Parts: sequence; C-alpha cells; structure tokens
Amino acid sequence: MSNDTVLVLVVITALAFDFTNGFHDTGNAMATSIATGALGPRTAVAISGLLNFVGAFLSLTVAATIASGLVNTGVVTLTVVAAGLCGGIIWNLLTWLFGIPSSSSHALIGGVIGATIAAAGGSAVNWHGLVSKVIIPAVLSPVIAGLIAAIGTWSLYRITRSLTEGGRKHGFRIGQVGSACVVSLAHGTNDAQKTMGVITLALIANGTLAQGSNAPDWVIVCCALAIALGTYIGGWRLIRTLGKGLVEIESPQGMAAESASAAVILLSSTFGYSLSTTHVATGSIIGTGLGKKGADVRWNVAGRMATAWVFTLPSAAIVGAGAYGIAAGITGTFGVVVVLLILAALCGGIYWRSRQNTVDHKNVNAEWTSGVSPDSSVIAEPTSA
Amino acid sequence: MSWINLSALWKIIVYGLIAGAGLPALFAGGLYALSLGPNRARAATAGADGGDSDVLIGGSVAGMVLAAIAFLIVLAAIGWSVYEIYTLGHPAPAKK
Repeated sequence: MSNDTVLVLVVITALAFDFTNGFHDTGNAMATSIATGALGPRTAVAISGLLNFVGAFLSLTVAATIASGLVNTGVVTLTVVAAGLCGGIIWNLLTWLFGIPSSSSHALIGGVIGATIAAAGGSAVNWHGLVSKVIIPAVLSPVIAGLIAAIGTWSLYRITRSLTEGGRKHGFRIGQVGSACVVSLAHGTNDAQKTMGVITLALIANGTLAQGSNAPDWVIVCCALAIALGTYIGGWRLIRTLGKGLVEIESPQGMAAESASAAVILLSSTFGYSLSTTHVATGSIIGTGLGKKGADVRWNVAGRMATAWVFTLPSAAIVGAGAYGIAAGITGTFGVVVVLLILAALCGGIYWRSRQNTVDHKNVNAEWTSGVSPDSSVIAEPTSA
Repeated sequence: MSWINLSALWKIIVYGLIAGAGLPALFAGGLYALSLGPNRARAATAGADGGDSDVLIGGSVAGMVLAAIAFLIVLAAIGWSVYEIYTLGHPAPAKK
C-alpha cells in the first residue's frame, strides 16, 4: 500500500520534470522565430506546445534506451527514481533562473545516475553506455548541427542573393516558421519519451509492469500533456539567451538553424541516440552565425553555456545522490515524502527569486537592462556595443 | 565495444546535410524562381532608391511553376520523413 503512495508521488514528480523539460526547451524550437519576428511570442509558444503534444505520440524508440541502457535496472527502486528526478528538476530550474540553456536530458540522466551510485555503487552504472550513448553524442551533435547550419546558411544567402532584402526576409520567415514547427515536433518525439521511459522504469521497479514492458497509453498521454503545457508556459529567459544572446539572427539564418536542428534530432533518435535538443539547437545557431559573413557569434555567451553543459551531468548527479541519501537515511515512504517536500520548497524559492526580474512574452525581445540576472551583464555588453 | 558508431555517424552527417541544408536550399531556390519576372526589375530599382521593397513574386509564370514544384518537394519530403518516423517508432503490434 505504501509502495503505491510512493509510486503516485514518483509519477507526479516525473510529470513535473517533463513540464520543466517543456519550458526549458521552448527556445530550442521557437527562439529564432521569436527573435526575427516571424511569429508573435505567444503564437509561437502555443504552436510549439501543440506540436510537442502531437510529437510525443510519434515514436517510442528512445523511451526504452533512457532507462535500460545506462543503469542496471535491477537496482533501481522507486526511491532511486524519485531522487534522480530531484536532481534533474533542480538543475533545470537553476539553469533556467540564470538563463542558461542546458540539456534537460543530461540533467535527468545525471540525476538518475547519481541516485543509482548512491544506492548501489559505481558498478551499477553502465559507464560504456554512458560515454558512447550520451557523452560522445553530446560533444559531436552540436558540431554536426553547426556544420549543417553553416553550409545551409551560406547556400541560402548565395541562392537568394539577387532577391531584395525585404523579399528575402518575407519569404524566409515562412520557411522559418515551417522548420521551427518540425523542430517542435521532433522535440516532443525525442524528449517526452525520456519521461515516459522514467515512469515506465518506476512502474517496472514497483512490479506494476513486467520487465521490458512498453510505456502504457496513460503514461504517453500524461507525458505528452505535461511537456506541451510546459512548452506553452514558455521558458522566456532561455528563449532570450538563444534568440538574442548568441547571434543576431535574420530569417534565412533562422530557417537554416531550425532545419539543421530538426534533421539532426530526428536522424539521431532514429538511431537510438537520446540527444540533447538543447545542444543541437545551440550548435545550429552558432553555425548559422559562422555561415554568414559579418555575423558575430558571441563566444563568451557560448562559452558560458558550454561550461554549464560540462557541469550538468555531475551537478545533477550530486543532487540526485544527495536526495537519495536523505530519503534512504529517513527510510520508507516518509523519506521520499520529505525529499519531495524539500524539492517543492526549493522550486518555490527559485520561482520566487525569478519573479524579481520577470522575463515573459512582453519583454522577451527587449534589450537587457542591468541587474536582471547574473547573465544579464554578460549578454547586455555585446548587445549594446 | 566501440565508442563511436561510425556507420551511424556518417549517415547522420550525410542525411543531415541532405535534409538539413538541402531542403532549405531547395526552398531558397523556390523563392528565387518565384522572384523571377518583370516585377523584379522594378523592385530592384526601388531598392536602389533606398526603398526596402518586399516584392516576393516576380510575375513570371514559369518561375511560379518552378517555385511551386520546389515548395511541393520540400513539403512532401517533410511529410514523408514524419511518416517514416511514425512507422519506425511503432514497430509491429507493440501490445496485444
């Protein structure tokens, strides 16, 4: 009976993670469209939310990989899953607060791995799987996406060089919206599955489902809804960093970036790599800056993001391990409840802190003013220069 | 135990280039074809005067047909990819 209580709590926490995953990644699909004015901010998040919902039903191949390929599922208990989710959610919210787009997937994987190590030691982690399926793709994917986006950008400007400036802008806005929609779909497909995988893992750990089962329908629907809602709420801070902070983007560049992202994400998930959509989108946006003469990439912003990426896995792992330590120390259902209460309190605190310098659909494209967040000074400098 | 799956890597790069850079280039070609025709010369002179014309349709029938073909290919490619992913993602009867 008490196990069922924990199971319900874990499912709710997993859906909460899915929600943060949604709003953390709205920018990956829509930041460039919002920055170039191709779509109004609110329209953009509404379309993206809807397509994330649809995308979640599209494919189920990644859902299995996330759980079974990285940790020894035999040692995974509900407490481990709950602790891992804490690591993922806290890292997602902190990076959101500071306006740093970082990988939700890595946050989740890091959290689960940290909790697993705390529960059963390092031997329970499939390190080879971690390196070959997560870390190497994480390093390569932004480079590949950037290369494709750079070539795309160069050829788009080359092919349309005889068009008038306004005609080109108008035409590519349509293309940009189309390609951004495909990225939203790809995101729903790729990322919603990760939470489906975690919930399935929890159901298996609880004995509700047999080993090796697929995600049940209600799990798919709930995950689709949570990620769509999160996307619709919109991570405006991250949209700003991606759309305004990295490169000043024109609509042909936006189209090139989104197309490259969509292609790389969809191809990779077909091969079973649960890529970080954030890494891919960032690589594409930088690539599109490199592919156009005279466009400047703000490497200091990119460097900050890359630093955050390196820390994502270990930081989320430490939080996950710490959460497991607390829950296991108190033991039983009560331990999980205490950890989740701490999580809720921290989330509330971070949200309260964010209200002191709200970024929303109204000011998402505005210049940064001083003292908004630690990032603002970094981003504001080159913008005003 | 290889660390990098090279065959998947080159497929991602090649297909990625075709879909991620090739399709937008085809779209750009469509825009170019669409801009051909008498309106374009006028737009160009207007542009030279400092006006920022956003004339997109040049007025040439052949250009418009070519553009329509290019846009249709792009749409068909996207539709086909999504269909492929759907079929790949739902292998045979998963349940029952």
